[in-house]
Amino acid sequence: MVVANIVQAVTMGLRQELARDKNVIVLGEDVGVNGGVFRATDGLQKEFGPDRVIDTPLAELGIIGVSIGMAVNGMKPVAEIQFSGFVYSAFDQILSHAGRIRMRSRGRYTCPLVIRTPYGGGIRALELHCESGEAIFSHVPGIKMVVPSNPYDTKGLLASAIRDPDPVIFYEPMRIYRAIKQDIPENEYNVPIGKASIAQEGDDLTLIAWGAMVKTCQEAIEKLNNKYSIELIDLRTINPYDSETIISSVKKTGRCVVVHEAIRTCGFAAEIIAAINEKALLSLEAPVVRVTSPDAPFPFYKLENYFLPDVNKILKGIEKVMSF
Amino acid sequence: MPKRVLKEFKVEYLQILDENDNCDESLMPNLSTEEIKKLYEMLILIRVFDQKAFNMQRQGRLGTYIQFKGQEACQVGSAFALKDDDFIFPMYRNSGLLIARKHPIIQVLQYWGGDERGLRSPDNVNNFPISIPVGTQGIHAVGVAMASKYRGTKQAAITYFGDGATSKGDFHEAMNFAGVYSAPVVFICENNQFAISVPRSSQTKSETIAQKAIAYGFEGIQVDGMDIFAVYKATKEAVEKARAGKGPTLIECFTYRLCDHSTSDDASRYRPKEEFESWLKKDCIERLEKYMRKKGMLDDAYKAKVLQNSQGIIEKAVTEFEKLPLPEPKDIFKYVFAEMTPQQKEEMEDIFN
Repeated sequence: MVVANIVQAVTMGLRQELARDKNVIVLGEDVGVNGGVFRATDGLQKEFGPDRVIDTPLAELGIIGVSIGMAVNGMKPVAEIQFSGFVYSAFDQILSHAGRIRMRSRGRYTCPLVIRTPYGGGIRALELHCESGEAIFSHVPGIKMVVPSNPYDTKGLLASAIRDPDPVIFYEPMRIYRAIKQDIPENEYNVPIGKASIAQEGDDLTLIAWGAMVKTCQEAIEKLNNKYSIELIDLRTINPYDSETIISSVKKTGRCVVVHEAIRTCGFAAEIIAAINEKALLSLEAPVVRVTSPDAPFPFYKLENYFLPDVNKILKGIEKVMSF
Repeated sequence: MPKRVLKEFKVEYLQILDENDNCDESLMPNLSTEEIKKLYEMLILIRVFDQKAFNMQRQGRLGTYIQFKGQEACQVGSAFALKDDDFIFPMYRNSGLLIARKHPIIQVLQYWGGDERGLRSPDNVNNFPISIPVGTQGIHAVGVAMASKYRGTKQAAITYFGDGATSKGDFHEAMNFAGVYSAPVVFICENNQFAISVPRSSQTKSETIAQKAIAYGFEGIQVDGMDIFAVYKATKEAVEKARAGKGPTLIECFTYRLCDHSTSDDASRYRPKEEFESWLKKDCIERLEKYMRKKGMLDDAYKAKVLQNSQGIIEKAVTEFEKLPLPEPKDIFKYVFAEMTPQQKEEMEDIFN
C-alpha cells in the first residue's frame, strides 16, 4: 500500500500499464520533459523514453487524430488533453471517427484509445478551463465515459480504460486532484468500467453523484449529522452507466437527488431520472430533484461559487425531497 | 544590415507521358509489358464500374454515388505502387482506388447501396473505411504510420484527399505531425480543380498544392494526374522513401473531374464547357492506349477484349450484389462496442421483440 492523491494515482496507473504492455504509449502537450501541467506524467518519459511518452505539437485535433491511427495499428495510446475545455477542436475526430471505426469496418479495425483530461470548476481557473461535458460525450455512440472520484478508483479505472477494447474518455476531477489521499495498492488491480459503487449505505434517500461532486456530497451528508440515512452512489462510469445499482437503491429508499457540476438541461441527471421513471416510478415517494449548475456559460471565477452545486444546495435538494 | 535570403525553394513537376503522344523514356518507371497491361486493364475496369454505378443510381438501384471519371490514373497508378499491408485512407471519390486495392467490387457496390458490410477491408489488405468528412482521415494515416515506425512493421500509410481538403485545419495538423515525427506516410492530393463548385483558385492562394509540403519540412511534388506512369513513379519513390525512414511526401496529382461532383450535382452550372472539353483531351486512358499501341502492347482485338472482360466482371458483381440478403438488422448493435452495454441490450429488446 502507498498513500496517493488522484494525480499520483494517475501516474501510478500509467506507469503500471506502460510497464505491462510495450504497445501502451502516452502522448500530449508537455507530458514528456515537463511531466504534464498537473504532473500526472511526471518521470514517465525518463523511465520509458521519448518514443513512449511523447511530447506533441500544440494541437488537440492532431493529438486525438494520431491516437486514433495508432490505436487502429495495434497500439494503446493514452492521450492527454490539458483541459477538457480544449477537447472540442477534436470533437469531430471523436464523434465521426473514434466512435465509428469498429462499426464502419465491421470489426476489422478497432480504436482502443484513452483520452485523459482534467475537468470541472471550483479552482479559480481561466474561462473554458472548468466545464463538465460528460453528457455531451455520453451522447456519442461508441465512446465510453469514465469519471473517478478518488485515488483508488482512479488507478483501477485507468487500468481498465487502457485495457478496454474501445475508446474511453477519462475525465479527471481537477478540483480534487490533490484533495483526497488514500492508501492504494501498488500491485495491479482493476475497477470495472460500467459499475457504480455505493460510497455509503442508507435507507431514506439515494444521492447520486460522480467525480468531484462525490466529495461535496460526502460533506453534505456529514453536515446532516444523521438527520437522514443517505445512500450515496458514486456512478464512476457515465456511459455505459450502471442503472441496476441506481434502480435497486431507489426502490429501497423511494427518494432520490442527483447532483452534477454540468448544466441542467440535457445533463446526465435527466437520463438517470428517465431510467428511474421507467423502472422504479411506483417506488417513488417524491419527485427526483436535480442539483446542478444552471443553464449558462461557466462564469469567470468571481462568480463560480454561485454557479456550482455546493453543500448548501445539496442539503436544500435533500430537504425538498424529504419534505415532499 | 541588408536583408538576406534564408531559404529558397523549388517545386518540381513530373510528367512522363503527355496527351500528345510524347513519352520521356528516361523517366519511365521500371514496368514490364505485363505490368503496363495490368494498369491498363484496371483503368478500363474501374471506368466501366464508374459508369455502371452512375447508371444504377439513375435507375434507383444504388443510393447517392460519387463518380471519379478523370481521376482513374491517380487511383490506379498509386495503388500499384503499394504493398498489400500498407494502409490506405481513402476519401469518398476513391471507389476506383478500392477496386485497384483488391476490395471486392460487390463490396464497393454494397457501400453505395447503403450496406455497411461493403466497408470491411478484406483481410489480405489494409483498406481503411473511406472518410465522408472531408480531409479528416489524413491524421489517422499519420498515426498508423507512427505506429508502424514504432512497431517496426515497415508499413507505409497513404491518405487520399482533394484540393478542397487542403483548406481544412485537419490537413495542417496532419501535415505538421507527419513532418515532426518523420512518419512513413504519403499524402496524395487528387487536385481535380473543383470542390463541388468552388475552383482551386478560391481554395488557396498557393500556386501549387505541392508547395505546401515545404512549410512542413518535407518534399512535395506535382505530377500530371492523368499520366499513370508519373503517378506510379512518384508514389513508388515516396513509399520507398517512407519505408527507408526518410519521412513523408506530398504528391499533388494535377487532374480534372470529368464528371459531376456526385449523382446529385450538375457541374455544367459552374464549369465552362470549353474547359471541360480541353481536359477530356488529356484523359489518362486515351494516352495510355496510344502509347501501348505504339509499343505493340495493344491492338483493336485486345482493346475490345479488355472492355468486354471488364463489362463481364462488373455485370457479374452487380447480379451478385442485387441477390444479397439484407444485413442482419440486429447488427446495428453488434459493432458499436466489443460487448453490448446493458442499455443497448434493453434497446435491442425494445426494437426486435
